[in-house]
Amino acid sequence: MEYLTNFFLPSAESTYAANVDALFHFINIVSLILLVGITIAIVYFSIKYRRKSQEDTTPLITHNTTLEVTWTVIPLILILIVFGWGFNDYVEMRTPPANSYEVYVESFSFGWNFEHPNGIREANQLTVPVAQPVRLIMRSRDGDVLHSFFVPQFRLKQDLMPNRYTYAWFEAIRPGEFVYFCTEYCGGGHSMMNGIVRVKTQEDFDSWTEEELGRDLDALPLAELGRLVYTSAGCQGCHSLDGASRVGPTFAGLYMRERQFTDGSTRIADEAYLIESIVEPQVLVNVGYPNNMPNIYAQTLSEREILGLVEFIKELQ
Amino acid sequence: MAQAQSLENAHVQHHFRSSDQQFSSSKLGMWLFLFTEVMFFGGLFVAYIIYRAWNPELFTMAATELSTVLGGINTVVLIGSSLTCALAIRAAQTNNQKMIVNYLLVTIVLATVFLVIKYFEYTAKFEVGILPGGMYTFEGIDHPKASVFFSIYYMMTGLHGIHVIIGIGLMIWLVVKARAGAYSSAYYTPVEITGLYWHLVDIIWIFLFPLMYLID
Amino acid sequence: MSAAATNGNTLKVRYFDIDENPPKNYLNAESGLKSWLFTVDHKRIGLMYLASIALFFFVGGVLALVLRTELFTPAENLMNAETYNRIFTLHGAIMVFLFIIPSIPAALGNFLLPIMLGAKDVAFPRLNLASFWIYSIGALFTLASLAVNPIDTGWTFYTPYSVQTGSAVILMTFGVFIMGFSSILTGMNFIVTVHKMRAPGMTWGRLPLFIWAMYATSVIQVLATPVLAITLALLIMERTLGIGIFDPALGGDPVLYQHFFWFYSHPAVYIMIVPAFGVISELIGTFSRKTVFGYWAIAMSSLAIAFIGSLVWGHHMFVSGQSELSTVVFSFLTFFVGIPTGIKIFNWLATMHKGSIDMKTPMLYACIFLFLFTIGGVTGIMLGAISVNVQLHDTYYVVAHFHYVMMGGTVMAFLGGLHFWWPKMTGKMYSEFWGRISAVIIFIGFNLTFLPQFIMGSQGMPRRYYSYIEQFQTMHQLSTIGSYVLGIGFVIIAVYLAHSLWKGEKATSNPWGARTLDWMTSSPPLQHNFNYQPVVTNGAYDYHKPISDFTLGISDDVYHGNDHEGDIRKQSAETV
Repeated sequence: MEYLTNFFLPSAESTYAANVDALFHFINIVSLILLVGITIAIVYFSIKYRRKSQEDTTPLITHNTTLEVTWTVIPLILILIVFGWGFNDYVEMRTPPANSYEVYVESFSFGWNFEHPNGIREANQLTVPVAQPVRLIMRSRDGDVLHSFFVPQFRLKQDLMPNRYTYAWFEAIRPGEFVYFCTEYCGGGHSMMNGIVRVKTQEDFDSWTEEELGRDLDALPLAELGRLVYTSAGCQGCHSLDGASRVGPTFAGLYMRERQFTDGSTRIADEAYLIESIVEPQVLVNVGYPNNMPNIYAQTLSEREILGLVEFIKELQ
Repeated sequence: MAQAQSLENAHVQHHFRSSDQQFSSSKLGMWLFLFTEVMFFGGLFVAYIIYRAWNPELFTMAATELSTVLGGINTVVLIGSSLTCALAIRAAQTNNQKMIVNYLLVTIVLATVFLVIKYFEYTAKFEVGILPGGMYTFEGIDHPKASVFFSIYYMMTGLHGIHVIIGIGLMIWLVVKARAGAYSSAYYTPVEITGLYWHLVDIIWIFLFPLMYLID
Repeated sequence: MSAAATNGNTLKVRYFDIDENPPKNYLNAESGLKSWLFTVDHKRIGLMYLASIALFFFVGGVLALVLRTELFTPAENLMNAETYNRIFTLHGAIMVFLFIIPSIPAALGNFLLPIMLGAKDVAFPRLNLASFWIYSIGALFTLASLAVNPIDTGWTFYTPYSVQTGSAVILMTFGVFIMGFSSILTGMNFIVTVHKMRAPGMTWGRLPLFIWAMYATSVIQVLATPVLAITLALLIMERTLGIGIFDPALGGDPVLYQHFFWFYSHPAVYIMIVPAFGVISELIGTFSRKTVFGYWAIAMSSLAIAFIGSLVWGHHMFVSGQSELSTVVFSFLTFFVGIPTGIKIFNWLATMHKGSIDMKTPMLYACIFLFLFTIGGVTGIMLGAISVNVQLHDTYYVVAHFHYVMMGGTVMAFLGGLHFWWPKMTGKMYSEFWGRISAVIIFIGFNLTFLPQFIMGSQGMPRRYYSYIEQFQTMHQLSTIGSYVLGIGFVIIAVYLAHSLWKGEKATSNPWGARTLDWMTSSPPLQHNFNYQPVVTNGAYDYHKPISDFTLGISDDVYHGNDHEGDIRKQSAETV
């Protein structure tokens, strides 16, 4: 049974996951009985009543009220059970406890930002304490498209929109790392928009919090800062570090390479070019890539962060 | 007698068994088409209802920009054209070939008057910067979604206007055929179903007018 | 003489022998390209649709194989993410709008509906031709978008992505908009034909179940397609003028778009599957040689599905951000579609009971349909349960579910129907041996392709993913191998069906011993279907009566009546 459960569903890691799974298994078992019954009937009838001669005659049976009422009422009862069960669990999934720890979630193409109540910001990774209800207050960035936050092991999924807040909640039952995905199609980097929910024990979480709050970003070397920005600003959704071509050109070996643009011109990718292509991505578009990089980084990144990114790219030779 | 009957039924297409069957089929087909039209406009009406429910104050404010007088005149004009259209059908039923043409012509004139008034309404809006969607520049309404009201207004009245133009086209074609004596009490299906279409165009306006102009 | 004809009681009805070798049939009555492109004959229009959808099924199928090949490993195999997104969008849009919606209604429906009713043609033959041309023009726009800048929004065109992307959304949606009118006109045509063109004696209770299914389908087409049209028109306006109804950047609402879109696109699911129910009823009745069990239950459940199916669109949006109340109401209503669907399955099984079952290729497809569609149906119940839906929404579980319904259901029924009516349409018999072989290959390939998708879906594999994390690789590879097997099955079908056109055995008028009117004319049918006006005095599935009772008619040269209500009473047969 355990094996079967794990075959169909990822491990259940939130408080309400077990209820969802129970309904999933209930429907599967009833469906399997139905399917086996229908299959046996098809095979049995096909053999028993196979045509023996072209002159075969068949009885005239137009209907059978008892039978028909039976196969209407039994499914009716079953679906009412399934509805009630699903409804009941849904109410729980939509009712965050009052003492929830609240995290603001912002999605954008193609990445995630999480902001804790104490001001800690995380990108593409969410750290939460175990056995503590967590309420996610979620919104897509202004002017961005729809995304959806999905943690399979928590049985949690909720769409994010740029024009209103949505929410979801979970309470993790044990520490660990759980992958989350974007499940609302959002363009070229959709399948790269995943990350990790890190569930820590309360002590680990507290010491992590302390460490994060004590860190001074301004003291970091530029290239180190750039590595952080690379994930936090969402560059990794489109630009790889290993030479693979995603939505945009790879950063590996980009520095000082000749670039060809859709307007026919070429340029060497020096510091000036790198900075321009971050703050004004629409001006020079590389041949073979779509012109869809957000024109927002002049506002969302500080000058030091942009320089950091450039230093980071320079190191990737 | 067989000869006479076949002449009388010259308009019956070969796959129909009788004139009656053809007439009732055409009518049923037209009713179904009108139903799809209702669903088509229905989508816009739903959008209207939802945005009005979300922004009731916007609709009250924005409606004052629309000219109730011009809208009212247009309502009367369209109702009048529905009447003359019905009279054209009546003329066909009573075999009055000349009056079919005359009534249809009056209907066409009224429909054109409707469009001319609509044209003046639109240009007056355009001049002050009330343009659909992204081109909206009017500053007289203090509401962030003011352009959405006018987007809905232009979509609904524009789509209705296209239907009026199509109706005029259909009636011109009817006039040409009627001049040639195509319609009589034995066969006037095209007049009848165009009439049905025209009444629908009229009814849609009768809903649009209070929804857009008379918000209080 | 018309006086004699208008009175049912004095009507002269006699038996007509079917001419097995008419020198002129609908295929050779006229020749030349023009005689096809400008024909108003419903049978030729049906064949033109058949050729078009076969072409688009091939294109969509090749795209699917390309997608599966790319997914064989998580890395880049054939193409980058951008190209992948365009290809899955095209696969979906082509299969939905160009193949499956017109498949059974426009191809088989056009060919069969008038014949089954005993009419010479549909009510509006010229409109029917216009529908075909509108469909072709729409298809051209869709294909033009391929040449310009293939669309990458997914076939659902969700805003705001569809407003922001640089791909040719306008061309594509305009093509779909145009094709919508084709669908509407076909639906109207069929409804009027069923109401007004029935042969004398063809009462509502004697209609073949295929006709009932087509009728229910047409009702949905007429009801829902206009809303798609206005939705796409608004989307086009959103892109060109920025009207701000769906685009949140301009004050619009993306959830509203989803409501509009699914208000059509959920009923559209029933436009795709209900005709399949009709085909299956014909197949099971004929090859069990038995009166269909629960005729009225099957007929009315089609209409019930059409009705309830129009009220459940919100179940596509449980996690979209719509209100919790809507979610609960839509979930509740959704389950009620399951009841009439279940009733149909049980009725078909009961029809097989005590029948005389001949497992020819069409019947084999009907049995495959029953198995696959049951899986599609119960997984639909799974998706309707709100709490489970939260886990499964937008994962491969959904992908597998709708392929089990659309492909395991509609396409299997379509293949069954194609084999069943192939002798009628072409006058040639296909190879029974290869027919069964390919059916088995398709069955195996299909399950190998889509069963693993259920598992990886519930494990959490999101759909529309170009790449994936390692743990899903085994399932993806099984699925890819399955899709190749499936592809081979379809190639075999194409080969032996094409071969039968040249070398196939000549078909008799009624090779299966069926009872409906389509089998009471020659194969292929005459240009105007019958040389006489058929008269119906029995039900479509009265297999307990001799077949001679079904070839009654009135000679055309004595019949010019106007009893278009088809209300000639039983005694007309007794005047023979």
